[in-house]
Amino acid sequence: MQKFICVTGVAVPVLEDDINTDKIAPIPTKRSLKPDYEDMFFHRARRRDDDSVDPAHVLNQPQFARASIFVTGRNFGCGSSREGAVWCMQAVGISCIIARSISDLYRENCLQNGVLPVELADDVASDLEQRVVAANGAQPFTVDLRTQTISGPGGADIHFEISSADRTRLLEGLDDIGMSLKNADAISAWEARTRTESSWLQKAVRAPGTEIVR
Amino acid sequence: MRTRRTMLDKIWDAHFVAKRLDGRDMIYIDRHVLHDLHAPHAFEKLEQTGRNVRRADLTFSMQDHTVATKPGRDETTNPDGAQFQRAMREGSLKNGIRLFDLDDPEQGISHVVAPELGLVLPGATHAVPDSHACTVGGLGALGLGCGTSELEHILATQTIALKRPKSLRITLDGALDPYVTAKDVALRILALFGTSFGRGAAIEFAGPVARALSVEARMTLCNLTIEMGSRAGFVAADEKTFEYIKGRPYAPRGAEWDAAVAQWLLAASDEGATFDTELSVDCTGLAPQITWGTDQGQTIGIDETIPLVAGDAQARVKAQQAFAYMGLEPGAPIAGVKVDRVFIGSCTNARISDLRAAADIIKGKHAAPGLTAMVVAGSTSVKRAAESEGLDRIFKDAGFFWGESGCSMCAGGNGDRGRPQERVVSTTNRNFEGRQGKGVRTHLASPEVAAATAIAGVIADPRRI
Ligand code: SF4
Repeated sequence: MQKFICVTGVAVPVLEDDINTDKIAPIPTKRSLKPDYEDMFFHRARRRDDDSVDPAHVLNQPQFARASIFVTGRNFGCGSSREGAVWCMQAVGISCIIARSISDLYRENCLQNGVLPVELADDVASDLEQRVVAANGAQPFTVDLRTQTISGPGGADIHFEISSADRTRLLEGLDDIGMSLKNADAISAWEARTRTESSWLQKAVRAPGTEIVR
Repeated sequence: MRTRRTMLDKIWDAHFVAKRLDGRDMIYIDRHVLHDLHAPHAFEKLEQTGRNVRRADLTFSMQDHTVATKPGRDETTNPDGAQFQRAMREGSLKNGIRLFDLDDPEQGISHVVAPELGLVLPGATHAVPDSHACTVGGLGALGLGCGTSELEHILATQTIALKRPKSLRITLDGALDPYVTAKDVALRILALFGTSFGRGAAIEFAGPVARALSVEARMTLCNLTIEMGSRAGFVAADEKTFEYIKGRPYAPRGAEWDAAVAQWLLAASDEGATFDTELSVDCTGLAPQITWGTDQGQTIGIDETIPLVAGDAQARVKAQQAFAYMGLEPGAPIAGVKVDRVFIGSCTNARISDLRAAADIIKGKHAAPGLTAMVVAGSTSVKRAAESEGLDRIFKDAGFFWGESGCSMCAGGNGDRGRPQERVVSTTNRNFEGRQGKGVRTHLASPEVAAATAIAGVIADPRRI
């Protein structure tokens, strides 16, 4: 997996609550197994009703075109489990999301892809939001996972919390499946035990001649 | 280990495999169901990394998200979906996974089909790369939605690596009036507590209302736990659950059935077990609910008026945006608002009991002129059952489209979408901007409300039809 250590770059303020995955990564009209994630990124939100690009939308403003830090409100990434909602952030160069809170599934999908999810308490978040708005893309911010700090113009460094496990996983870019397969013996042992204690869980076999009853 | 344990504790401890290096618990997944939208990507990744599917025998594949609903459909009916369905077919075949393909008599939405087949068992774990895997909590199982990387992880290890969620119990007191359903209870919970109160927790629904609900209605209730911010929600299994499961194709039989029931009886939360959070909702006198805005917390009773803007600055901005998007004014009654389309379908509300309830209201009547009305059964076997009861005739005579099973307009992943500014009353689970098509104005409600609305042509109270 991709590592996350530190990022320095433009921070874009998208100060809304409850931004859902349908907004972040709307299902394109023309579906494809290999979609254009960059185009998908907030596709509808960034456009007007007639489908033309809305220059007023914060994500279309030139000073934020190369943002690498995404600053947002509560319950970011609620909705579906689609990982495309993280991939399209990465496609436009975003590697860190700072929010007042992030949905469980979205946070998980970030960790799987080397994107740093940061959750801040309301008062700290509000301070950072003001600083990001004031900087308006002109001066960069830095998010350093090693020191767990956010630094940038307009104030003191901000400390953020993250579990040491998630921190290590991101810093070292650990292979998630590889880490689990270290416990392959424990998986086999669980299966063997369950085969005797709750045999039905270890087999999904169809009884011959059965149909769905109602 | 705690002496008085919650149902979550019991399922978690029973499925605990190992603690990983990073402190996460590896939890064994008893049944894993894949779907056409996300599995192809994971199959490809697996092949690239040279890893195998550990337990193809516990894994099942379903074509649901991208399939056309047009009668007589095949792979070419929705050309965009064909590539997904083909990749699903190839990946399932290569990995030895049983696929319920487009023409299978048991095809349908994964969360509807898995319980029907007896693949979901009380006290078991169940994963789907789809956030509404929580639906199967209605049978007392721990249903976990997952992302694509997690799906790949489950294929390779048959486990998921998680932190143990907190426990949250919602006690549902009182009793439901006629025409008031599990959907209304779920929407009421969302109105009361919002869309993120369940983050980091698994929700257990308890109390007299949860007990009185049918197994299918419990699935509707649990379906909406992800909208409350929780990855999983469940109702403890009881005699009704056992009755529902018994005799289903993949359910245990004979001596194994007896042994299973004996264990299932012990799977509920112990009396006196403590929860991290306890909430309660009195359902006495609850009216049918409907969303007016663009998140599920923006819900009111069908006999109420659209609320005036309240709350902090953020909430006010959000409400203003919702009014604008939905084309509604605060202070106006929700009932009587003109509707262009009614959609009855999805893993929330397209089981046979939902179709019966809707047909009961529609019988002998016709959809309002100019209104588009659709019914898409949750599974092909639900569709067949409805046809054998003559429900299809009731819907067709009333001017409804009677489609083949799939996710359809729930997320529009198969091309079934509304037109801009179209107002839709939908039995689905997400009223997000653009979810059912660009500019589409979605109101979530029960099949009863949807049916009454289809007849009236305006948002209507099923108790008055
Ligand atoms: S019906 Fe809707 S919510 Fe359910 S699985 Fe399909 S797209 Fe997801």
